[in-house]
Parts: sequence; C-alpha cells; structure tokens
Amino acid sequence: MKTFKIGGVHPKENKLSEKSPIKVLALPKTAIIPLSQNLGAPSNPIVNKGDKVKVGQLIAESSSFISSHIHAPVSGTIAKIDEAIDSSGYKRKAIFIDVEGDEWLENIDKSNHLISDIRFSKEEIIAKIKDAGIVGLGGATFPTHVKLMIPKGKKAECLIINGVECEPYLTSDHRLMIEKGDELMVGIQIIMKSIEVTKAYIGIENNKPDAIEHLTNLSKKYNGIEICPLKVKYPQGGEKQLIKAIIGREVPSGKLPIEVGCVVQNVGTAYAVYEAVQKNKPLIERVVTVTGKSVKNPTNLLTRIGTPVSLLLDEAGSLPDNTGKIINGGPMMGKAVNSLEIPVVKGMSGLLVMPEKESKRVPIYNCIRCAKCVSVCPMGLSPYLIAQTSEINKEEMAESHGVMDCIECGSCSFTCPSGRPLLDNIRISKNKVGQIIRARLK
Amino acid sequence: MNTVIIYAVITLSLIGVLSAIILYVIAQKFKVIEDPRIDDVANLLPGANCGGCGYAGCRNLAEFIVKNETLDNVFCPVGGNELLKQIGPIIGKVAIEREPMVAVLRCNGSKTNSPSKTNYDSLSSCYFAHSLFSGEGGCPFGCLGCGDCVNACTFDAMYMDKETGLPVILDEKCTSCGACVKACPRNIIELRFKGKKNRRIFVSCVNKEKGAPAKKNCAVACIGCGKCVKECKFEAITLENNLAYIHFEKCTLCRKCVESCPTNAIWEVNFPERKKKTADSQTEEAIAN
Repeated sequence: MKTFKIGGVHPKENKLSEKSPIKVLALPKTAIIPLSQNLGAPSNPIVNKGDKVKVGQLIAESSSFISSHIHAPVSGTIAKIDEAIDSSGYKRKAIFIDVEGDEWLENIDKSNHLISDIRFSKEEIIAKIKDAGIVGLGGATFPTHVKLMIPKGKKAECLIINGVECEPYLTSDHRLMIEKGDELMVGIQIIMKSIEVTKAYIGIENNKPDAIEHLTNLSKKYNGIEICPLKVKYPQGGEKQLIKAIIGREVPSGKLPIEVGCVVQNVGTAYAVYEAVQKNKPLIERVVTVTGKSVKNPTNLLTRIGTPVSLLLDEAGSLPDNTGKIINGGPMMGKAVNSLEIPVVKGMSGLLVMPEKESKRVPIYNCIRCAKCVSVCPMGLSPYLIAQTSEINKEEMAESHGVMDCIECGSCSFTCPSGRPLLDNIRISKNKVGQIIRARLK
Repeated sequence: MNTVIIYAVITLSLIGVLSAIILYVIAQKFKVIEDPRIDDVANLLPGANCGGCGYAGCRNLAEFIVKNETLDNVFCPVGGNELLKQIGPIIGKVAIEREPMVAVLRCNGSKTNSPSKTNYDSLSSCYFAHSLFSGEGGCPFGCLGCGDCVNACTFDAMYMDKETGLPVILDEKCTSCGACVKACPRNIIELRFKGKKNRRIFVSCVNKEKGAPAKKNCAVACIGCGKCVKECKFEAITLENNLAYIHFEKCTLCRKCVESCPTNAIWEVNFPERKKKTADSQTEEAIAN
C-alpha cells in the first residue's frame, strides 16, 4: 500500500463519530460572520445595519487577489457590524445577523437532485467558484479560485483529491465521501475541467474501507477518477506528503505543488465546488465533527457558517463537567478555543472536547538527544535543533536549518519522550524568520 | 671552532637587523592610527553592552563619540548625565543634561483586577502567547505574564510577581536601556522621565477598546472617559483611541488627574500619602475665612 517515505507517526485514531450520519443543525438566533475567514486579506462588508438579507446573498466582498467573498448563511436583518471574538482568539470585525425564517435567494437550487452534466467552460467555472466564496475546506482556507488559476508557463498534469483525513477524531470528510459520493465525483470532474486535466486521484487512508469501497464503485461511472487507498500514517493529509504518497513526486522546498504538475483539493472543497457550479449555492454551510471521549453523542453536523460553537456542543449532548479544553480542529494541529461564543467559520472541520486529564501538558524534561523527532519529521528537518536555535534567538541559524519548510504537523512534539514543546518553539522561529524574509524582500 | 661561532653570531645578528628593518617599514606602512581618546572614553563607559544607546556595544559608542566629536543625540542610559560629564572634557564638549528615564509598566491587569477566564499552559513565552489569543484575563492589550521582559533584562532590574502575575521593575536598578520595551510584544512597557524624587504619574493601561468591553475584562482599565483631560490645566493629557496618555514632558505632578479617574487607571508612584480632609483642617479653613 502506498504512503509517503520520510517520517510520520501513527496516533490513536479514535474516530468515534465515523458511523453517525451527517445531521442538519437547527439555525441559531444570531449568526456571527467574521470578515476574515480565509488565508489572506479580510473581506469588505457591503451591507449596512438594518438591511434585510436572504440566504446566499453577498454580504462581504473579496478585497484583494488572495481573498474571498462571504455570503449570508441565514436570512434576516443585519443587527450590527462589530467586533466579535473568533477562532483567532482575538476580537475581529464580524457581521451579526438576527435570524428571521429561512428565505433563500431564488436562483439557488435547494433540491437533492443530482446534475451530472457540466455545461460551463473553464473560465465560467473559475468565475463561479470565485463568486461562491469557496476556500480550501481542509483547514488552510486558501481561496480555491486562486489555486485553480494555473500560472503561465506551468501545466497541471493531474488533480489530487485529499480524502485522507489523517487527523485523529475527525470524520467530516469521511461522512461526506459516503453520503455525497455522486456529488463529490461531479465536483471533481468540474475541477478537472477547470484545470484541464484528464486524471484525478482520490487519496483515502485504509482506515475508511467503506468510503474506499463506495467511491471505487462510483468511480466506474466517471472517467479518469482513480481511488488510491493509502496506508494510515499522519500527516498524510499534508499537501506535499499526499503528492509523494500518490504519484511519488517531491515538491521542491519553498515551491507549490504545481511545480510537479499537481493541484491538490480537499473532498469538502470538491463538494462545495459541485454545489456552487451546478446548484448556484455559495459556501454557506459545512460539515463539522463534534467529538471527544467524554461527549455523549459524537456526531457530524451540517452547520451554517456563523453558528456559535455552543449550539454544536449542545447538539452533541451538553458539555461534560470535566472538560479541560475544546479544540478547534483535530488534536494534532488544532487550537484550543478561548470562548464558547466563537462562530463556525469556513475552515472549521471539527470541535474536539478534551477531558481535563488528557488536556494537560506533560512535564518538560531535558532533551536526551534520542533523535526521535528527527526520524518522525515528514519534511526531513531536525526539530530539536530548530527548537534550540529558537530558544536562544538565533533566527539566521533556524533559517539555514530549513525552519520555513516546517508544515507544523506536530509529529515532533507528539513523539518527544521528554515532552518538550518543540513545535511551539519552531512556530516562534518560523514567525520571526518569516518576518525577516519579508523585510528582506522589501 | 671560533670562526663557526663568529659566523653564526654575525648571520643571526644580520637576520635580526634585517627582520627588524622589514618589520619597522611594514609597521610604518600599515600603521593604524587610533585616537587614544577612544580608549579613554571606552574605559569610562559601563561595559554592559546593553545596546540602550542604539550602538552595537560600548566600544562602538566610544568610537562614534570620538570620531564625530559630539555629544549631541548621544546618551548612555546606564551611565547617565554623570558619565557624559566625565566624557565631556576628553573631547572638549559639554553634554546637554537629560532627564533620567525609567521603564514603566503600563498595565495593572493583575489576577485580581483582571481575573483569568481561560488557562494558558503552553510555552512560557509572551511572543507565542500573543500569537495565540488575547490573554488569560481576556484583555487583548494587557500583560500576558510570561516574562519575556524579565528574560530580556540584563541588569536584574525586573522580576515576576507571582501574586499579581505582572512584572515588577526595580527603579534603583533600571538603567532605561529599553531591552524590555523591545521584548514586549504588546508594547506595554514605556520609558518615562524618572521624575523629581522618583515621583511619577502615568496611565497604567494601554487598552484601546471602548469603555464597556475594556471594563468587562479589567477593573482598572482606562475607559477613555476624558475626565482627566478636562481636569489637567497644563494640557499634559491627550485622549486617543479611547486611551488617555500623560505626556511626561508637560506633567507637573499635581496629582489632580489621579483623583478624577473613575477606574483608578492613573497611577502615582513614590508620592507621600495624601492629607485627608480632617475635621481640624476644615475648622482651620473656616477660621481663615
């Protein structure tokens, strides 16, 4: 079975909610829609206090090249445009909508009917994706239309669809593949058309045999789509690791996947592309896994953007008393939230409730030079060394040891027997080196 | 036998003389004339290499002073005015006296004033915590309490107070080199005039939020009400972005603003206790009238 070559770890999978079907979550009373939901510049609001909006109406425009549109996920009145705490941990600008009913824009097709023939040209598809405000739903939230515009002189050879979901606990992509298989396949074909390739691979780890089987059966109906079962290994969902695992090519340091002729998209993104292009439905909802060992009913919820996370937790059974942390994302790369009022955003793939006992950090001991972190680093770096240079503020040394190649997967911290906060130190270093590099370019 | 010794002595002496001449010529040719005053100045400087003057180490500052023969815009915060007075005669210039400065912590979000709403257990680094969230107390401008400033201080002039969770600056040790100012990711620490008899008045808050959200997170936040601005007769206080700022160059230390502040965000340091208006003083006033 295929997998990537260097490093990697295998944390306990704990896919508690893989059997529970996607449930539609009820609408909130007030939706809070943060204006910066994508990598890059925040969007500019184009509505005012008191305006009536319908579901799917544009409420904030993309402000620069790397930015995206935001649409009203609920219908109602704009209550205010004010600051609200979001997943960044800080208060940032957001649009508050008081929900009234559920009135959709007329041109959105709400039915479940599958439309499989693609009647749009390449340019029309990209324009539609841009208008729908789609961003990468794997977590990085990079605007999808930018990714699909292949730079001049480069040529895409294949499309890779990321259905790996290598983070423990999370199952939103898994459920999507099982329940929306046909739509997903059409979505993939749309993306294939937009970047003019004839071959697409869907990478799925073999801890999801039902998804592999289901999609393999479906792929017979669609041309050029191949399912690639992959050995379970974290961080296989990383772009560079996935390319290496599926087609065996290595993306050069500091370069994008297009350098080796690939475009990588998440399954969630492919589904959103289907809805945007075939059904005119902008990105207003996503599947969020609410899970944790102490949670009563771990579940997958189809949630409108802007719903406070407290509602999601209520749906999964009330918040357990012994909760220590609630993590936005998976346990490896996610970040603890500092308020229960933060809204669901485009990039939120899961909410993980950690009991107090498990959420505590282990005591930190000295580095014993066992080099376990070196052997698990999927980018072939020396995490202990970079962390050390970070501690003594030697940024130029960190740069020469390749800190900017770090994908922040956390395998090093996970595996360290001394419990050293390697990734935290590397992140500091990466931040500072990034600043230095940007200053150098000016 | 003798001739061998004589020849050896003569050859060696010749080599010696020749080398001496070559060395002399080379030494003359490549002579580095260094102003002896640089050494004099460098010896006077404290040798802490703290970078507080803006130059890379004490020697670098000494070179600058002697080469440009100026004491304008040059200040060693560690040595202060005393040191500049000593350096003055060496280069024949008189330094303009400067008001001594001291680092001041402009946040009073202690554990009681701004109680923790969340728990931070990650790396003890303000830089990192700042990139993650607004802080345990919830104030996005306030002190994070991880002690980056204390680690940056080379003069042992700071320590973390475990009870309040805030750093404490020791006036007598602080040299106002500014290392802590640069280390703080939230720009809370400021260099201000030390003041007469070490007396200072400053707004101990840097929160730029509006009144209500600021007060929600911290009991002693500046809410930007502007009372102190009205109270000040010397136009030493300005209000910008919901935050009052006392310009220390203009402040006369009259303490009126301190009384006017509704949230006790303005701090007075090293002042004697206020005389309370007792019954005696009131009767005295009545007699005087």
